[in-house]
Amino acid sequence: MAECVGVDSSTSAHTMDKSIILPPDEIFRNLENAKRFAIDIGGSLTKLAYYSTVQHKVAKVRSFDHTAKEAHSDKLYEISVQEEVTARLHFIKFENTYIETCLDFIKDHLVNTETKVIKATGGGAHKFKDLIEKKLGLKVDKEDEMTCLIKGCNFVLRNIPHEAFVYTKHADSEFRFQTTHPDIFPYLLVNIGSGVSIVKRFDELLQLASKGQHTSVDMLVKDIYGGSYGSLGLTGDLIASSFGKSATADKEFPKEDMAKSLLHMISNDIGQLACLYAKLHNLSRVYFGGFFIRGHPVTMHTITYSINYFTKGEVQALFLRHEGYLGAIGAFLKGAEEDNPNQYRWVENYAGSSGLMSVSPDMNPMQRARSGTFDMLEMDRLERQLVKLPLLQDPSSYIPDTVDLTEDALAREYWLFCFEDALDGVVQRAVASQPDLPEAPERAEKFRQKYRHKLQTLRHQPFAYGSLTVRSLLDTREHCLNEFNFPDPYSKIKQRENDLALKYYLKAVKALEKLEWEDRQLALVSGVLAGNVFDWGAKAVSDVLESDPEFGFEEAKRQLEERPWLVDCYDQWFERLKGPPHRCALFFVDNSGVDIILGVIPFVRELLSRGTEVVLASNSGPALNDVTNGELQILTERIAAMDPVIQSGLRDERLMLVQSGSSSPCLDLSRLDKVLATLVRERKTDLVIIEGMGRAIHTNYYAMLSCESLKMAVIKNSWLADRLGGKLFSVVFKYEVPAGKPSQDCSASIPL
Amino acid sequence: MPGLCRSDPNNEGAAAPGPSSSERRTFNSTARLRTDSVKKSRPLFPWFGMDIGGTLVKLVYFEPKDITAEEEQEEVENLKSIRRYLTLNTAYGKTGIRDVHLELKDLTLCGRTGNLHFIRFPTQDLPVFLQMGRDKHFSSLHTTLCATGGGPTSLKLHKLDELECLIRGVLYIDSVMPRECYYFENPTDPDHCVERPYPLENPYPMLLVNIGSGVSILAVYSENNYKRVTGTSLGGGTFLGLCCLLTGCSSFEDALEMASEGESTRVDKLVRDIYGGDYERFGLPGWAVASSFGNMMSKEKRETVSKADLARATLVTITNNIGSITRMCALNENIERVVFVGNFLRVNTLSMKLLAYAMDYWSKGQLKALFLRHEGYFGAVGALLELLHSS
Repeated sequence: MAECVGVDSSTSAHTMDKSIILPPDEIFRNLENAKRFAIDIGGSLTKLAYYSTVQHKVAKVRSFDHTAKEAHSDKLYEISVQEEVTARLHFIKFENTYIETCLDFIKDHLVNTETKVIKATGGGAHKFKDLIEKKLGLKVDKEDEMTCLIKGCNFVLRNIPHEAFVYTKHADSEFRFQTTHPDIFPYLLVNIGSGVSIVKRFDELLQLASKGQHTSVDMLVKDIYGGSYGSLGLTGDLIASSFGKSATADKEFPKEDMAKSLLHMISNDIGQLACLYAKLHNLSRVYFGGFFIRGHPVTMHTITYSINYFTKGEVQALFLRHEGYLGAIGAFLKGAEEDNPNQYRWVENYAGSSGLMSVSPDMNPMQRARSGTFDMLEMDRLERQLVKLPLLQDPSSYIPDTVDLTEDALAREYWLFCFEDALDGVVQRAVASQPDLPEAPERAEKFRQKYRHKLQTLRHQPFAYGSLTVRSLLDTREHCLNEFNFPDPYSKIKQRENDLALKYYLKAVKALEKLEWEDRQLALVSGVLAGNVFDWGAKAVSDVLESDPEFGFEEAKRQLEERPWLVDCYDQWFERLKGPPHRCALFFVDNSGVDIILGVIPFVRELLSRGTEVVLASNSGPALNDVTNGELQILTERIAAMDPVIQSGLRDERLMLVQSGSSSPCLDLSRLDKVLATLVRERKTDLVIIEGMGRAIHTNYYAMLSCESLKMAVIKNSWLADRLGGKLFSVVFKYEVPAGKPSQDCSASIPL
Repeated sequence: MPGLCRSDPNNEGAAAPGPSSSERRTFNSTARLRTDSVKKSRPLFPWFGMDIGGTLVKLVYFEPKDITAEEEQEEVENLKSIRRYLTLNTAYGKTGIRDVHLELKDLTLCGRTGNLHFIRFPTQDLPVFLQMGRDKHFSSLHTTLCATGGGPTSLKLHKLDELECLIRGVLYIDSVMPRECYYFENPTDPDHCVERPYPLENPYPMLLVNIGSGVSILAVYSENNYKRVTGTSLGGGTFLGLCCLLTGCSSFEDALEMASEGESTRVDKLVRDIYGGDYERFGLPGWAVASSFGNMMSKEKRETVSKADLARATLVTITNNIGSITRMCALNENIERVVFVGNFLRVNTLSMKLLAYAMDYWSKGQLKALFLRHEGYFGAVGALLELLHSS
């Protein structure tokens, strides 16, 4: 090991890269609103945590006072951009080398004088106590390290859906993310800290190890027995004695080989001890974290290998995307107890978080440059409680996303291309949505850079934010738009479309009423589907809409695929309609304009007429041209004024509007607004309708519900249509009845 | 020792024949066998048992002392010369050593009385020793060399199961050698820590930890009922291997001597180095090692430590790790008696006391660490017994 240590001395000539790649104000963001600081100082890395309030521009819609007969009568509602204050958690990780610079920067930008203490944990908390107190003028209040780690671990497991993953070196996708299990306990947490003082040297040692051959240093079973030791099930390649071959004075061993042997020795030993503890306490989940892991494929592989070997697969080695932050998160939570942070749900902000970076020896230069500098995690507080839909058949196995792009390389390549290709259009619309703000183009340009950078990162590290999915790509774009104060780029488009569609509402309803019952049912379904063609979010459609604004509802109906559709359960649905009405239907709606007004509302109207109560669930916040809860409130009011069926429905609370809790074009049925979930339970909902590509195809296509369900969507993407064996504007109409319920099931299903 | 030899199948009191390992015989000292039948089944001299380990070859040799004049005449010259060579010397070649202090005198084995000798040499010198045997024309003798452990496959040996030999050897030596087994009284009090004999009369269940180059941990429930619980590659070979790399030493003895002069706390980072004292919340005393070799990340500290410190830290690291794993196994298997054997413990009181301390301290007195005087030779003894069984 003298030679091992020699690795350090040979590299000590390397001057530490002290350049801070990002300007500090992009690292320590919102310091002016910051309060409640916590710091976790390890042997080599410092993790800073603080809470801030973020002022966001949000688009609000407000109904005009129609009784006043104002001049605005050509517009349905008023859009105003308002400031909204939301809570955000900031976590920043940097090397101890920068600690003084960082403290100085923080001091200069700290405005809030209420802050008196800083919670501190980690081995270095003691060492840097005086420096922190002197620089920041805050009293250092130390917290127990282990307690902080556990608190932090519980927090990330509860709040970040794809936090934990298993690592498989030779699989198509090395990272397999675990879906959040409703019950996170019990688990074993193994923190492999070190007090390693210099990151680079440690990483270089690992790189060295990855090039070595441990068999020249280690004594293997076959070196002793000539082969395997069959009766004990010990294979010949198993290490019998680590460093057993180096017990000789007169032989030199390559550094790489010794480093590799050491790595195996330490990893196996940790794995073995972890297994023994897991067995003793009867635990099957073991999370590994700490400096030794830090996303290193090499150590994750050796630890996983060791755990698999010693437990024969009974215990799972799990790693965490934010393992480095656990102590800081825990210390922060200790300090913020009076704010009850655990009462809220928090969501990872993709725009402000760096994501998991690999430090593998063959990583690309872009990441290499970053790995030695700053890493950030930001989490936004959700103002409302999120819970799972009570109607999920098996909540613990529910995965919202239909395709995991981390595993499906072909699909990943397409969608990354697709999102990059659509970026220009998004930027243009963002600018157009704020015609009165001269600096909008500049901000839009920043948005473009940020999102493009995210896409590039994801191309290299698809697992950076957990499983890569169409949903995560869409959500990342929304987060980036919000970050640059484009809260609702489609607000004006939505407004115009809603206005237009509303003019045709009565005509459409009357036309439907004229039809015989049988014909009307098909027309209603076709109407929802045709309405769903109107979607600015889908590139194929936005092209047509932009080039030909006259593209109307009737035209859309003609564009629709003839029956039988790509997935066609209409006959089963029709049979069902002949039976008793549903008690209550929960309808997750999609786009504004033609979709909601001419497609969905008439369908809902028919349900109401059948005696079925309807809960309309729409987004809490804007996403693309999806109708928001705020907009839908106004729309239904206006429709109610024209249509007594809707009016009485609203009045008698047989038609209810709720927010979904989401601001995404997709839908995660395990994170829905609590009010929605309560209502669903109270009204004994027995039908769930999910509409649109984002909610019914990209997500929830395979979602199994404990009641009847309808998934309706038009495929507005030719690549996806191709993949599904259909064509552009192919229709998916999936009607499912849970197993055991007496009804014909439509087994027509396509593998996505 | 009656009952040890495989006897005439028709003879009552004898166990079932056959080499099957599942049918074990008991060491029934009351079984009386007629001398002629014993003689019939007795293997020809010389009687050897060998255990080829990753680092050392352990050889036990039974020297008959009851040779009759008639036998003396019959005895071929080669056999005589082996006997003389082995018993008159205490060192063989450059590296072979006879552990005279372990010799068992006036032992009765298969109806013969004699002395049991314990010899060891490095595994890497095995070819030299075999050549020596050839030079002395040992190979002309009708000898079956019963061997356990590893060894090159090219060698034509009667190979036996290592762990069976080990257990058998432990039980046999303990039955013939008074005060073979001992423990340390007051292991957590250095001033009053003394060696005391431990009668291993009813040894089951026991955890048998064999620390050779690597480590095997066996749970033994009876002579025939045992399992390998786990093992670790961090064993005696690791200690010596790392010591050679770190200090440039070349032998186990050198490494141990250096370790005895060193101070591991200069190399290791202790709990108190991080927390300033005990980590009370989790019951970690300040003197506990928080990070083995943890201080060696600092350049200044690297410059202040001696080779002896490094050797001591290596010894402490390896020993504590074995202690940790052993303790967890004992908890999982619900066994309180832990017997440590293997050549890592040879002349290594430091490690023995450390293990005794660790077992006692971390189990709050629940676990007892036991040691055996013939540390590393039990596999070879087991192999010899097997020879006498199955000849």
